[in-house]
Amino acid sequence: MAEKQEREKSKFSIIVPTYNERLNIALVVYLIFKHLRDIDFEIIVVDDGSPDGTQEIVKQLQQVYGDDRIILAARPKKLGLGTAYAHGLKHASGNFIVIMDADLSHHPKYLPSFIKKQMETGASIVTGTRYVSGGGVHGWNLMRKLTSRGANVLAHTILWPGVSDLTGSFRLYRKSVVEDLIRSCVSKGYVFQMEMIVRASRKGHHIEEVPITFVDRVYGSSKLGGSEIVEYLKGLVYLLFTT
Amino acid sequence: MKHIVKILSILVAVAAMWIGLLHISIVPKSQTWLLPLYLIISLACYGLLMVGVGLMRFPTCPQEAVLLQQDVVEAKDFLRQKGVDIGSD
Ligand SMILES: Nc1nc2c(ncn2[C@@H]2O[C@H](COP(=O)(O)OP(=O)(O)OP(=O)(O)O)[C@@H](O)[C@H]2O)c(=O)[nH]1
Ligand SMILES: [Mg+2]
Repeated sequence: MAEKQEREKSKFSIIVPTYNERLNIALVVYLIFKHLRDIDFEIIVVDDGSPDGTQEIVKQLQQVYGDDRIILAARPKKLGLGTAYAHGLKHASGNFIVIMDADLSHHPKYLPSFIKKQMETGASIVTGTRYVSGGGVHGWNLMRKLTSRGANVLAHTILWPGVSDLTGSFRLYRKSVVEDLIRSCVSKGYVFQMEMIVRASRKGHHIEEVPITFVDRVYGSSKLGGSEIVEYLKGLVYLLFTT
Repeated sequence: MKHIVKILSILVAVAAMWIGLLHISIVPKSQTWLLPLYLIISLACYGLLMVGVGLMRFPTCPQEAVLLQQDVVEAKDFLRQKGVDIGSD
């Protein structure tokens, strides 16, 4: 059976973009190894020349876990998230790609449920959602929640995307699918995550969801900023006209 | 079909129905004129309601923050043992 074969030879490439995540990347790597015991995987850290010495730590982690399991795909300077994924993809040898943040808001303990869901359903994309039972968010104030709900209702009313969490970025993709999607996505920041999933849904890919919880970052600082709401609204209009 | 086309077709269909109503006038004309206004108002109410309900039922997970702290302690212990330079806290 093709399904069984896929299960046996599946390899997961976990792409983790980092910028000044010295402590977080070490914690995340430990937790990934803890929660993925009998699974063939590699971790690809895409670091954009973090001044805090993130790459030093990654090299030390390679000593502990082996440099076939942890791959450092460094870039000389901060070039943004969208291209970071594309860069990591070039180094990936797995047939499935997982994308997650390094800042511990995406907990590696959910990785097994992504993989299980993929195997059960044969989906091309499994996306983590915070907005169903079993999922949730911690550490957001009322304003943050209000913006998030507003953004979500607006996006659902005008885009009908077919998934509940559009801007979450904890996802598992079939490699061929993510390669194709990344080529057709041009947005930045949160809108990039939304564009990926909306285009995937329009292309008719099989998308499944699993609940995840999201604890706002504890260490380090946020790199996305500026006029996020304006960018988001522009993104909605862009997707309305191009998908 | 681009998504905007879908939405525009729905708008056109609704507009056509409205013009139809204006012509056959089963409802008094004065009322029919106000229908689009009602539509917009109810759409706005729906949106606000969804935001309100979503806000009230916003799923939170305070226990996860506690669990994460435990994981962090465990990870730091292991990494320190292995000589990874994660700094002292
Ligand atoms: N390689 C690379 N990684 C980045 C860049 N910007 C952000 N990252 C990483 O991408 C992930 C998500 O970025 P965050 O800063 O956490 O963005 P966020 O989750 O919207 O913001 P927070 O609310 O602070 O968590 C983290 O692992 C960052 O280290 C970048 O320009 N290049
Ligand atoms: Mg984050």
